[in-house]
This record gives sequence, C-alpha cells and structure tokens, in this order.
Amino acid sequence: MSINRRQFLKLVGASTVAGIGGTAVFNGLRNNGLEAAQTSPDPRSLKGTGTVTRWGFVVDMSKLNPEDYQKCIDACHSIHNVPDMSGLPEEVRKRQEVKWIWKDNFERTFPTAPEDVYQNIELKEKNFFLFCNHCAKPACVRVCPTKATFKRNDGVVMQDMHRCIGCRFCMAACPFGARSFNWRDPRGKDDKGQPFIKPEKENKEYPTRMIGVVEKCTLCTERLAVGKIPACAEVSNGAIVFGDLEDPNSEVRKIIASKYTIRRKPELGTQPSIYYVIGGGEHAG
Amino acid sequence: MYNSGKIIAGLIVFVLFVTFPFLFNMGKASAKPKPSIDTPVINQMQVKQCVESRDFMRTEHMQLLNSWRDSVVRNGDRIYVNKAGQSISMSLQNTCMNCHSNKKKFCDECHNYMAVTPYCWTCHIQPKENMPKENVL
Repeated sequence: MSINRRQFLKLVGASTVAGIGGTAVFNGLRNNGLEAAQTSPDPRSLKGTGTVTRWGFVVDMSKLNPEDYQKCIDACHSIHNVPDMSGLPEEVRKRQEVKWIWKDNFERTFPTAPEDVYQNIELKEKNFFLFCNHCAKPACVRVCPTKATFKRNDGVVMQDMHRCIGCRFCMAACPFGARSFNWRDPRGKDDKGQPFIKPEKENKEYPTRMIGVVEKCTLCTERLAVGKIPACAEVSNGAIVFGDLEDPNSEVRKIIASKYTIRRKPELGTQPSIYYVIGGGEHAG
Repeated sequence: MYNSGKIIAGLIVFVLFVTFPFLFNMGKASAKPKPSIDTPVINQMQVKQCVESRDFMRTEHMQLLNSWRDSVVRNGDRIYVNKAGQSISMSLQNTCMNCHSNKKKFCDECHNYMAVTPYCWTCHIQPKENMPKENVL
C-alpha cells in the first residue's frame, strides 16, 4: 500500500482529533460523581475577620513559668502522637528526635541578635519557646519538590504527609530548625524496648507518621477546624497568644502594637509569624 | 510442513506453560470475600447506610477517600455533603473506622482477595481488634 503526503497528513490529523476527543469521552465516562462542590469547611472552624487571614502567635516570655514549658510540650506532643525519643542515648537523641515545639536559650533562639556582654544574665540563660514560625514567605515551601509542604490561605504552613518523599530539602531550607525527619519508625521501640509513642498516651483520633517523612508543627489545623485554638496556646496560661495578624483589632496585633517584640532571624526575609515579648522584669515592657 | 514434530511439541509446551497458573489453580478458587458489617455501631443503626450508596462505596471508595484526603489536607475543607444532603466529617480514622471498627473482617477481606495493599495504616491508627499483644502499641 502506498500513501502520499496528503493522505498521510489527513490520517495524522484524524488520529490526533480522535485521540484528544477519545480522552475526553473516556474521562467523561469515568466521572464518578465526586465534585468539589460537595465539600465545605466545618462551620465551627476559626476564621479571621477580614478577607485575608494570617494566623500568628505572640510568645510573652514574662508570663511563661518554668513549669509551663513541659506542659505545653506534652500537650502538643501527646495530641499529635509525636514520638518521645528521650529514651535514646543523648548523642543519638540529639540527631534523631522529633519535635514540634521545644525550648532553647537566647543565643540559639536569636543567633543574629547583637551581642552584648552587659546583657541581662537572666535573659541570656532563659529558655525560649520555639515552634514552626509559619512564615509569610516560607523557604521550606519554595524548595519542596512535591509540594508536600504548602501555604494555606489562612497562613498555616501545612505538611501533607501523604506526599512527603523524605528528601529533607525543607529541613535544609528552614532557618529555624522547625522540621524533624523520622529516622526511625515512630511506632517502633527504642533500644531499651520502650515504645516511642506510649500506648496510654496515644491519641486515637490523630494519625502517627511513618519512617522517612518530615514532620513539624501544623498549627493544630485539626483543632482550628473545630473552633479550638492551638493546644500550646490553650495550656500556656496566657503566655502564648494566638490570633489573626491581619486583623488590627486582634489580641496579637494589640500586643505587637503596644510592646517591643522581636522575631527570629527577621533579616532572612521569611517573615516569621511568631513574635516574642522578651520581658525582662519590671523595667521592661 | 518442515519439522512439524518439533513445532507441534513446542506449541504444546508453550500452551501448557502459559496456562499453567490457571490449570494449577483449577478448582481451588478461594472463597469470595464477604466483608462483614457486624460491628456494635453498625448494629445499632436503624438504617444501615454508609456515606453513599452501597454500590457507589463498593466501586468508588478509593476515589472517595482520595478526594477526602485532598479536601481535608490541602483545602482545609472537612465537611462532605453526600448525595442525600447529609453533612459528614471527612476522616478515615474517626468517621469510617468509627462504624467499620472491624478492619480485618471489612477492609482486609477484599483487599487480601484482590492482593492490594493500601498503605493507609502506616500512619492512620487502625482500630484495636483481636490484635496479638505485642503488636498493640
């Protein structure tokens, strides 16, 4: 069979149309009746007042009692089934532990703050509360190759564990160390046979993670959805204030407007959403 | 036909080889899966109705779960309005498994038969049912 150029082009054209049309027909037949219109936000969920919402925090160090640290950490970690790696040898724990909220001293919290030998000793040695800054311009989101971490419309930097491939680019990108990699199976046991997630502490309404994914604070999105504030803010006795940074009348904005606040590494331009009131006794604030 | 003996013998061997799995398993068909809905929560229901019709759930539950996952995690929408107009909280662990608390007799029944291994349970906590003690977290 011989074929001339004209016939060949006709054939190719017809095949292309049939191919494209065929796909549409096939997809139409496969329509399973699941439409986006069938889903909606929970009516109980917390919302900002304006058109734009940006959830943020003020951590008031002057209101934070030493015993509150562990209370907040425990509340967060038990709700979210964060594995407790305190049973591991110190050297291993340092590298492998998973943390959503933790504490560290002034120097490591604000490493780029101007150094001053005369600085208040109490402040220098004070432990600051650290968790994901839910930056307005998050570096982790920019580098994630699978869009497993992304920015929600309400400002939450969310982590989709279904998509995370464990490449750890986000951990390299995050200037705040807010991300932890699951080096071990969080459902596993430590060297002494103790489970990382204690059976009696396990929250059966929240998933765990699996080995090989990166996790971090999710700003308690599951609590926001039912109208509750983040767990750390709830149990902190007012030291951690939660609110909408875009709303000028919110409590966080009022504190930021009336007191001196600092953020971690603002010079990097990620615009963190956690503001620290560093306190410092009766002469400050 | 040249070499007919070799060719026919070769063809027979080939056909036997290809159909071996079918011949080997003939008459040994494993029982059809019968997913059980015998759980305390379902037994208490007046009308035994899942979030959508039974036929829809049978064929489309994986697409439904995928769209639930995307809706909840990526869009923050947690309420699903089904075809009957009821609002349902989208959650595998808290909504699905609340009724279907018998994962082994419900999920695994068909999944094992079809040799599919969904990786839901590496993260989502499955209901505790007749598990050997050392596996209970």
